[in-house]
Amino acid sequence: MIDADTGWQTAVITAIVPRTAGITSFIFKLERPFRHRAGQHVDLRLTAPDGYQALRSYSIASAPDASGTIELAIERIDIGEVSPFFHDVAAVGDEIELRGPLGGHFVWRPTDAGPLLLLGGGSGLVPLMAMLRQRQQDGVATPTLLLQASRSWDDVLYRDELLADAARPDGPLLRFALSRSAPVRAEDYGRRIDAAMLADALALLPAPPAISFICGSNGFVNTAADALVGLGIPADTIRTERYGG
Amino acid sequence: MVTRGFTGRPRAADPTTRIPPGQHLVDYFPVLSAGPTPHITPEKWRFTLKIGPRPVKTWSWDAFNALPMTKMVRDIHCVTTWSMLDSQWEGVLIDDILADAFIEPPTPFTLAHSFDGYSTNVPTADLTTGKAMVALKYAGKPLERDHGGPARLLVPHLYFWKSAKWINGLQFTERDEAGFWELRGYHIYGDPWREQRYTHD
Repeated sequence: MIDADTGWQTAVITAIVPRTAGITSFIFKLERPFRHRAGQHVDLRLTAPDGYQALRSYSIASAPDASGTIELAIERIDIGEVSPFFHDVAAVGDEIELRGPLGGHFVWRPTDAGPLLLLGGGSGLVPLMAMLRQRQQDGVATPTLLLQASRSWDDVLYRDELLADAARPDGPLLRFALSRSAPVRAEDYGRRIDAAMLADALALLPAPPAISFICGSNGFVNTAADALVGLGIPADTIRTERYGG
Repeated sequence: MVTRGFTGRPRAADPTTRIPPGQHLVDYFPVLSAGPTPHITPEKWRFTLKIGPRPVKTWSWDAFNALPMTKMVRDIHCVTTWSMLDSQWEGVLIDDILADAFIEPPTPFTLAHSFDGYSTNVPTADLTTGKAMVALKYAGKPLERDHGGPARLLVPHLYFWKSAKWINGLQFTERDEAGFWELRGYHIYGDPWREQRYTHD
């Protein structure tokens, strides 16, 4: 059912794809397709038999396209009530109320000036993935670097897709910061993100980033944003999104 | 529409009437912001009242802290759906700021401005008569930088993005001029009880 006044529509889960131990992708077929901007989110609304409703925002992982579907990558939060539902109960064919696309700040356009710096912490990669996928899909050559912090090599969301993207001629530069395991590639880091690592990252770009997107936990975002400002990147070119709020 | 298999968290048979629709309770204080967290020292801190483009009065940190302090215990509701009950605040009522400048509320609308360039619009009537303050303390301690310290606006009856962090002034305007999030898809007023989250709600 579409409610034209509020934008709520019913979407159907058409595929469920485990990505890492804690993160699973859900593909939704939209009743009323939209073309989002990379970085935007949707709100999902779950309703219990007694009328109780839970509302949560999830970033869109897929690039804007004409498929009429979107991908959400949902991390299981054990103490939550919505992500455990998706991980334990939701099945292909289920109908979920959804509205969007939402948010007008943490968004990237293929025409935006570069270089582009993306800093992801854990599942904070999701909105950045939409940007990288659109960059690839549209053949954009903007110099781009993704520094992705994850616990281990196997916890890196979209790892193989990122590696394949980075291997393309115009692919993004890619660095992983693994906090609980040794780096697998020589160019990666076996520690949490810090200012020295960000200085390395900036040196890889042909010029200071015209725009930086940082998404992750509050601690990750604060560390990364403070370090960038300390390295001389203007605060008004840095956009942040903090999970756990 | 009932979602197949969804029960939600265990809840009391008679749910509290203090949680607006679509919100859920949290027992910690989440942090959200659009950009880096500014560092503002007391020496650099200023707070300015403006009517339109015209500055009316500016306070230093010490002068502002000499204004009458008021305590408030309020429930707060964030548009990202968390709510926190009984949060304890201390700061200067907007009424007392106006009184210190010897002015009455001059125009029907206000834009709050912040050190990081953020702004948000609030009808002036929602700031006065004890409804709102510039908060300097949370839970008895100086407001942490993450939560908007040294000073943030507190308009507890509206969604929490209206309670601008790192506030550095109030500007009275003749018209309701959309602020940062209001220009980026969020509701112009933001009443949690009417679930005014996004522009067309």
